[in-house]
Amino acid sequence: MFPTPIAKTSRTWQLTYQTLLPVAMVLWLLPLLAVMWFSIKPGADFTTGNYWGLPSSFEGFANYFLVFTGSDMPRYLWNSVMITVPTVAGAVALSCMTGFALGVYRFKGNLLIFFMFVAGNFVPFQILMVPVRDLTLDMGLYDTRIGLVLFHIAFQTGFCTLFMRNFIRALPRELIEAARVEGVSEWRIFWYVVLPLMRPAIAALAVLIFTFIWNDYFWAVVLTQSPESQPVTAGITSFNAQYRAMYHLMSAGSIVAAIPPVAMFFAMQKHFIAGLTLGAVK
Amino acid sequence: MTMTAMPETEIAAPPRRFRQQAIAPWLFLLPGLLFFSVYVIVPIIQSFQISFYDWNGLDRPDGTSTAVYVGLENYRDLWDDPDFWTSLRNNAIWLVLYLLAIPGGLFIALFLNQTVTGIRLYKSLFFFPFVISQVVVGLVFTWFYDPTFGMINELLGLVGLGPVNILGDTRYATYGIIAAGLWPQTAYCMILYLTGLNAVDPEQIEAARLDGAKGPKMLWYVVLPQLRPATFIAFVVTVIGALRSFDLISIMTDGGPGFYSTSVLAFYMWDVALSEFGFRMGYGSAIAVILFLIMLIYIAGFLWKMYRDEKGV
Amino acid sequence: MRSIFTTGAAALAAATILSGSAFAESHAALSGDLVIFSDMSNPAPRAVMEGMVERFGEMHPDLNIELTIIDREAYKTQIRNFLQANPPDVANWYAGNRMLPYVEAGLFTDISDLWEEGGLTETLASTQASMTIGDGIYGVPYTYYQWGVYYREDIFEELGLEAPETWDEEIANCQAIIDSGRFCYTIGTKFLWTAGGWFDYLNMRTNGYDFHMALTNGEIPWTDDRVRATFANWQQLIDMGAFLENHQTYSWQEALPFMVNGEAAAYLMGNFAVAPMREAGLTDDQIGFYQFPQIDPSIEMAEDAPTDTFHIPSGANNVEAARAFLLFVTSAENQTLINGGDGLGQLPVNSQSSVDDDEFLSAGFEMLSQNSPGGIAQFFDRDAPAEMAQVAMQGFQTFMVDPSSLDSVLDRLEQARQRFY
Repeated sequence: MFPTPIAKTSRTWQLTYQTLLPVAMVLWLLPLLAVMWFSIKPGADFTTGNYWGLPSSFEGFANYFLVFTGSDMPRYLWNSVMITVPTVAGAVALSCMTGFALGVYRFKGNLLIFFMFVAGNFVPFQILMVPVRDLTLDMGLYDTRIGLVLFHIAFQTGFCTLFMRNFIRALPRELIEAARVEGVSEWRIFWYVVLPLMRPAIAALAVLIFTFIWNDYFWAVVLTQSPESQPVTAGITSFNAQYRAMYHLMSAGSIVAAIPPVAMFFAMQKHFIAGLTLGAVK
Repeated sequence: MTMTAMPETEIAAPPRRFRQQAIAPWLFLLPGLLFFSVYVIVPIIQSFQISFYDWNGLDRPDGTSTAVYVGLENYRDLWDDPDFWTSLRNNAIWLVLYLLAIPGGLFIALFLNQTVTGIRLYKSLFFFPFVISQVVVGLVFTWFYDPTFGMINELLGLVGLGPVNILGDTRYATYGIIAAGLWPQTAYCMILYLTGLNAVDPEQIEAARLDGAKGPKMLWYVVLPQLRPATFIAFVVTVIGALRSFDLISIMTDGGPGFYSTSVLAFYMWDVALSEFGFRMGYGSAIAVILFLIMLIYIAGFLWKMYRDEKGV
Repeated sequence: MRSIFTTGAAALAAATILSGSAFAESHAALSGDLVIFSDMSNPAPRAVMEGMVERFGEMHPDLNIELTIIDREAYKTQIRNFLQANPPDVANWYAGNRMLPYVEAGLFTDISDLWEEGGLTETLASTQASMTIGDGIYGVPYTYYQWGVYYREDIFEELGLEAPETWDEEIANCQAIIDSGRFCYTIGTKFLWTAGGWFDYLNMRTNGYDFHMALTNGEIPWTDDRVRATFANWQQLIDMGAFLENHQTYSWQEALPFMVNGEAAAYLMGNFAVAPMREAGLTDDQIGFYQFPQIDPSIEMAEDAPTDTFHIPSGANNVEAARAFLLFVTSAENQTLINGGDGLGQLPVNSQSSVDDDEFLSAGFEMLSQNSPGGIAQFFDRDAPAEMAQVAMQGFQTFMVDPSSLDSVLDRLEQARQRFY
């Protein structure tokens, strides 16, 4: 193990390490802790200049309550869910198939198509912006959740295909060969042989895509406009416009907006990290 | 990765099966390809096309476009546009400084690669800036930097420095934003390295230890070579992250202060094409094309490496 | 937020509201859906908009009105999308050059006939020019407001100062304020346009309305000496330390607390700033208003008074109802009502309306009708074309942060002028 395990080092270093850990963590999370601190203060503290001192009264409940009742925040959150979940389902479904096709079969153009997906995954969003916006307008899907979902599915397919294809590649081929000898149709091989083996990949990918899509801001700004369809990342800016200079509420709003992916991460940590490190590229 | 040869089965297969195996991949690919073409491939081509037009993005009610063909004029304008060069320069700064996330992530990973009580929680907490949306990260850091109440000035005040207005000063603003971006990116690199360190061969370490290697020497000659895959991935995601930077800039400075002093190509493109005063779709597309071409060099390199790996095995 | 007012009975109430010639057209029974997109998202304007929809709905029980209120800032970038993708029947926007791209693309309907039939050419005569492009009139105004200096009367009293009328008085005042440890002016230039306001006034006072209009129309080079004179006056204030420090990091709302806390003594703003000042706890005794002082006595005073508007997009489905709504909005009675102190707190566009006797509205109305012989401008970002406005306002901000950048700023603006016009 590198570095040397702490148990094998001197007593002083052990103690230093034990104290260093929490200190380092507090420093690392300082900007975030500051916002949490802000979010439990009453608004009056900011007008009187009491930014960092103790809150003159504890207003955490009131602030968070207001975030949920005094604004469109619940709606934004709901939109985020309704954008993220279908995207995850769609992108995973499509990429299971493309990954299977590219991972199992040898045919002309296999590598070319695979590379196309990979390259597409690296493309700067901006080159898609104007045409995708026009396309969405033309289809009458501008400012709808479905318009955003369709685009996300398509774009994420690039990354997901890379991920799934590599995963399928690493599966034991004998299973597929055996099934073929038995005369099982290709679709049934996909459904009954390969798909069950892909469960860990599907879980990892789903968690990962969930976070990516939940945190998307750029496309939300380009393709949606109203509280009917905007996800929380875009909504938070409207929220802040509504409560401009009211830092206690803006802080509480930001925390609320950040919670779902954080919760997802802590709940599905193993899959999440497996996904990040296996698939390699965002 | 294995590339088991299939010819035996193919030859052995009866004609019907053979046909099925030839058609099946295309059927599996169809939906994915369709989506991908409509939303990614075709738009890329269209962007190239639009970049030859002067167009404010509006269509007349009867559906006809107001675009006028101008040939290469948008590109010529770019050449003379100081804001374009500012953005390009900032892109370069981003690219270079963002790479700090890699040693930073390695450092934290080494720090956390221990087995003491609660270390799992520490690892998660260190990682979690990466999970927060960039919008929130941007807001958090904006307040962190605020000239009246920002924590950074409180801290600088303690050591008798400041106050500074980081985001309001054209000299520092870009660096301030990059620092905010490095926060989640370092966390990302850290997790890559933590996983990599898990896979480091303990026997090699012990052997090296017996040979008297330790500290930095051990890291450089024994550990890092084994971490090469993690470093490669960290490099790839960091470069992409740097070139895609948009959210933070938009939230923290809106491209300002002054003349696009914190803009990068991705932001500048959006600003000239779709922001409050931006009506130049053709011009914006030309910027996107340039950004795409820059990225293409990099994509080509990545694909080349992948190609070698595929053929090599 | 979308609120759907499906109107109930209330026919009696409607009958009592119905009066005045402007309603002639609206007597015809309207039905179907009327879709309105509005940018009146701040609390007071939102209430006004919702109130108008409710009253209009009561007059037309068979009409189903769908009102969508979009964040005012977001609206500015989104209008171009919805005008093409899902045009409403009525949409908010601004007068002057800001509507030019949409008019040129044919996305706003020419409603000159409505102006004729509805008698608007008389009642709204003063704003007709700002709604006209070429031969067409492309919308109706519903409100306008004065700009000027809002100041802390109590601080002025404490320091023994009077509202300045000349530039010398202005400078002397400002020096006194600075000596008392305050900033003369609060301002937040993060979103740039507030600096545009300062430029408008300094330029109109230094060079006059006609010059200002010629400049925003691209007819005068930015490197002209007269433009430099404007900036020289500006620099005089900057060098004194008149403006709030770090203004480039604040929005206009974030700059407001500095005035409320007494760290700054005044704010050059539109009248919409009065409501948040009152909300923040300033009483009317503490807030004063004065016209931006004269700089050159030979130049006639001119003012900024931005006009907000309603339009009928070309893709509107229910044109009949939309036209009736526009007449309703501009009617003398409604104008008096919505612009009152408990509504928008702004100035009515209809000449037959009465101005609320709110201190600031009366002052503004008097200023605009009697003390602005030079002319009335919309605002920098409405008078200049969009791209030029963007660059120029970035330039103003750069200059305010670092006046020594003046030459390079003016060169940039001049380059931009040659490119954009």
